[in-house]
Amino acid sequence: MTILRHRLFWPIAVLVVLLLSNLIFSNNFFKVTLLDGHLYGSLIDILRRSAPLVLVALGMTLVIATGGIDLSVGSVMAISGALACLLIGDLSNPDAVGPVLLVVVAAIALCVVAGLWNGFLVAVLGIQPIIATLILMVAGRGVAQLITDGQILNVHSSPYRVIGAGYFLAVPVSFLIAAVAVALTVALTRRTALGLLLESVGGSPTASRLAGIRSRRITVMVYVCAAAFAGVAGLIYSSDISSADSNAAGNLIELNAILAVVLGGTALTGGRFSIAGSVLGAVIITTLDITAVSVGVPVETTLLFKAIVVIILCLAQSATFRAKVFGRFGTRRAEVPA
Amino acid sequence: MIDVTTPPAPQKNRPFLGGRRVYRPNAKHVPVLATLALLIVMYSIGVYNYDGFSDTQVLLNVFVDNAFLLVVAVGMTFVILTGGIDLSVGAVIALTTTVAATLLAAGWPAGVVLPLVLLIGTVLGLGMGAVIHFFKVEPFIATLAGMFLARGLSLLIDRNSIPITNDFWTQMAQKRFRFGEGIFISLNVVIALIVVLIAALVLAWNRFGRNVYAIGGNADSALLMGLPVGRTRIAVYTLSGFCASLGGVLYSFYTSSGYSLHGQGLELDAIAAVVIGGVLLTGGSGYVLGTVLGVLVLGLIQTIIAFQGDLNSWWTRIVVGVLLFAFIVLQRLVTRKAK
Amino acid sequence: MAEQAVLRMTGIKKIFPGVVALDGVDFRLLPGEIHALMGENGAGKSTLIKVLTGVYGIDGGEIHLGDAPVLFTGPLQAQQAGISTVYQEVNLCPNLSVAENIFIGREPRRFGRIQWSEMRRRAHGLLARLDLDIDVSAQLDSFSLAIQQMVAIARAIDIQARVLILDEPTSSLDASEVDQLFAVMRRLRDDGVAILFVSHFLDQVYEIADRMTVLRNGGLIGEFRTAELPQMQLVAKMIGKELEALEKIEEQTKDVTVAERRTPILEARELGRTGAIAPFNLTIHQGEVVGLAGLLGSGRTELARLLFGADRPDHGELLVDGKAAAIKAPRDAMANGIAFSSENRRTEGIIGELTVRENIILALQAARGWTRPIPRRRQDELVDKYIKALQIRPADPERQVRDLSGGNQQKVLLARWLIVEPRLLIIDEPTRGIDVGAKAEIQRLVAQLADGGMAVLFVSAELEEVLRLSHKIEVLRDRRLVEELENGDDVDADRIMQTIASGATS
Repeated sequence: MTILRHRLFWPIAVLVVLLLSNLIFSNNFFKVTLLDGHLYGSLIDILRRSAPLVLVALGMTLVIATGGIDLSVGSVMAISGALACLLIGDLSNPDAVGPVLLVVVAAIALCVVAGLWNGFLVAVLGIQPIIATLILMVAGRGVAQLITDGQILNVHSSPYRVIGAGYFLAVPVSFLIAAVAVALTVALTRRTALGLLLESVGGSPTASRLAGIRSRRITVMVYVCAAAFAGVAGLIYSSDISSADSNAAGNLIELNAILAVVLGGTALTGGRFSIAGSVLGAVIITTLDITAVSVGVPVETTLLFKAIVVIILCLAQSATFRAKVFGRFGTRRAEVPA
Repeated sequence: MIDVTTPPAPQKNRPFLGGRRVYRPNAKHVPVLATLALLIVMYSIGVYNYDGFSDTQVLLNVFVDNAFLLVVAVGMTFVILTGGIDLSVGAVIALTTTVAATLLAAGWPAGVVLPLVLLIGTVLGLGMGAVIHFFKVEPFIATLAGMFLARGLSLLIDRNSIPITNDFWTQMAQKRFRFGEGIFISLNVVIALIVVLIAALVLAWNRFGRNVYAIGGNADSALLMGLPVGRTRIAVYTLSGFCASLGGVLYSFYTSSGYSLHGQGLELDAIAAVVIGGVLLTGGSGYVLGTVLGVLVLGLIQTIIAFQGDLNSWWTRIVVGVLLFAFIVLQRLVTRKAK
Repeated sequence: MAEQAVLRMTGIKKIFPGVVALDGVDFRLLPGEIHALMGENGAGKSTLIKVLTGVYGIDGGEIHLGDAPVLFTGPLQAQQAGISTVYQEVNLCPNLSVAENIFIGREPRRFGRIQWSEMRRRAHGLLARLDLDIDVSAQLDSFSLAIQQMVAIARAIDIQARVLILDEPTSSLDASEVDQLFAVMRRLRDDGVAILFVSHFLDQVYEIADRMTVLRNGGLIGEFRTAELPQMQLVAKMIGKELEALEKIEEQTKDVTVAERRTPILEARELGRTGAIAPFNLTIHQGEVVGLAGLLGSGRTELARLLFGADRPDHGELLVDGKAAAIKAPRDAMANGIAFSSENRRTEGIIGELTVRENIILALQAARGWTRPIPRRRQDELVDKYIKALQIRPADPERQVRDLSGGNQQKVLLARWLIVEPRLLIIDEPTRGIDVGAKAEIQRLVAQLADGGMAVLFVSAELEEVLRLSHKIEVLRDRRLVEELENGDDVDADRIMQTIASGATS
């Protein structure tokens, strides 16, 4: 537990500072009100708007734990939203719950196929993850536009709208979905042995193979998870705006998700991962965007902040940097050569 | 005598390319030849199907419209040849155009602005290269930070598109080299071709260029062979930064504007062009000529789609994705066979 | 000594955290000689070479090149001073041409432009000196490893080397290629180059080397003229006698007679893999400890890896319980009750950032699949049991395994395999680089396991250890299984060394 606390200390501190700094500009920042059976307030807003990034970061965490990376999540988001909106547009009664549910399943199924594709390239063909997922990153948005015929597809379906903009028991549904996904992932990785095997593959692929782990199967699985979560994120995004915008959906989200994972203390080299950390990272990034708005600076300037964070984090993770700056205190025991 | 595992190629006393150039047979040329064949097929399809496609200007326009991409892709070629990657190029273009437009609007003379914006990209590249080399940070992450930084800075400077009305810029933008009635290229194309030429010469004839290949082939070996690995690696990112800012300048000629959202996703186009041009993404193999062909393939896809009319722009992405896949698998096969 | 040494190293000391890799080693190299550096794994050969070429700094001692004291800070400096090194793995760039690999960094230039034709001409001339006539403009990786090795030597001698270090240059060459290399080495020697040669093939050393220096456990054993040191004595000096007073393993293990070891578990028929180990026959019975003896590079590890499916055989078949078993991957071997603990503890064994507990349950968990996690209570029971049984220190299951000492890491690995309750346990060099106490514990454990009916294939460089534990000893030499010995009163270290030194005797 002390290790966990230690690992998450800085992300939490950053988040608290960010939230508090909002107080300076808006006195009502922490005020949460109940209106028409819905909770309102900046905090609720943060929870609601974090949902897609949390979902994508979850999948990314698993991929990064195995030492991989998935650049295609943004494109997969676009595909899932596009397919959902296309199918809903074709429904005779877009307000019926059953058919919309089927549509949602279909959209996620397509994303699973995308994940299988990535997994196939990485685990079976042995292509480097960055390169392998680059293919779908480039082509995926084209596929999404192909599905929507290049239009921004607007849909009017009240059940569909619930996913991204609805409330359940006064709580935003998108937040609930993300929460369920987090719980599911935690259960999947920590209640089963999947987490251990993931960390093992990421920690040392050779040793894992000699210990009898089916690393190929696990690798495919994490890419499928990443794509499925990205698909759900895509549904939330498209449902929130009641349309499919293949250009804007998930734009740059792969980079934000990677940033969230790194912020949460998972190293890009794979191995030990922290789901709680990634969730925190995602919330921090969303809070940052919202803070920028409330402070009145352009949202995009948060990029500068992100750049600085990435640089600091990478330098902090770089053993060479630690060795150079902190001398022998920062270095691990050197490998003893044979 | 020792057995030679491959059939010994006949001693080549015959001149090849002037008899001085080292000729590497087989595997190395397969991807470039494949790209060339693809290009010819695409062009033939275009000429066969569409009226007016065979006009010389159609082909020249591919160059005119993609000159900036060509320059950026040349820088990317160097980076990828060492086995690295540079994600910051699109953002550097945005930064270059924004800074240039802002300063020009403020009345700065073009003679100061031009070197300054070129310097910005170069210094950014140098910084990324230094972080990659000295702190062993993954190129992907270091250049990602560079991308955030450059894009963030340009957004900080100005969020809106700024028109450029400076005389020098306008002149450069309107400069045309004509070869006959309606047949011309822009200054951008000339600059891009000069960059290509210099890059090709450096890679083939210069020690720095050969070191780039050596590092991409096996960086550890290169170090043990006493090559300046660190210096070369930093230089490569610096060069890519320079090419990106030069690409930005060309882009500002081309669009006569500076905009912080220029060049979004351009890094992907540049990487795609380099890969389709047959440069091995793991480094050590490929030619600038291939990159030129790669850029032409991308440009020709757009041209064909424009001529087709009922096909939409997203087909570009899908086709590029399919080509990327095909060439990456081709690379896997070629490298496997070589092993 | 009348002759003036071209290179003199005196009292060299090199300390890595926790290990003294070189302890006061003296070494000298005369001009125009081929000098073999001999020693088992961990003796300090590669450390000495790395110290000499400036890859490592030194913690004590002096290096003189000619008359001048030198201290290199990197390979480049050493090269410039005339010390060239050719490593075991060819350290060239596979994607460049032969000529370029020889000259890169020193290309002939005019006005900054590389003169390719001049470079090719010179490369051709240089290779001609090595009796090699190949297309120098062809890409390096289109040639065999032997030729690549020659190219590396060509590069080394073009730097006007006074000292040429050849670190296991023959390990990937066949007989005729070795002859070719030796011819080149002799010619260079006659030209006055001092050659430092490292090889694990004793015949080769005796064929080519004028003198040799033997190291053991980071210490200098001595310098000898090859002609004056019989192979048998050399092997004894390299392996050494167990000096530490180990607790005696109860002799009862040897009492299990052949009659009681009748049920074969694993049978290899003409199993082999090109370049790793020649086809061999081997049968391992229940409750039997089979020792693999042989020098480093004799094929010990390669044999073990084939049995576990860590490498795929390209020859012969493997039978488990008398039935042909398709063992294509470690998983298949595990399904057949075979476990394997690698000699490369750090890279192929432990997963450093995971905890002791996680490392111990890893193989069992992998066998069960991810959907059937071992309940935490069961994990704790198992882990506690083995931490106690193997006396793993510190006895904290939640400690990261990379913080443990080598001996304790080894015990964690053993625990990992013991909890899957294998029928055959293959352990490769479990006692290397660990302290005497842990060594004795591990030996005792092996004996106990065999008593309990488990078959153990025990790979070790230490003959004493193999002799003490094994019922049956397989002797390997030059990647070939040359002899099988029933361990008994007539078998001792001398008998095995004889086989190692001279090949099959019976």
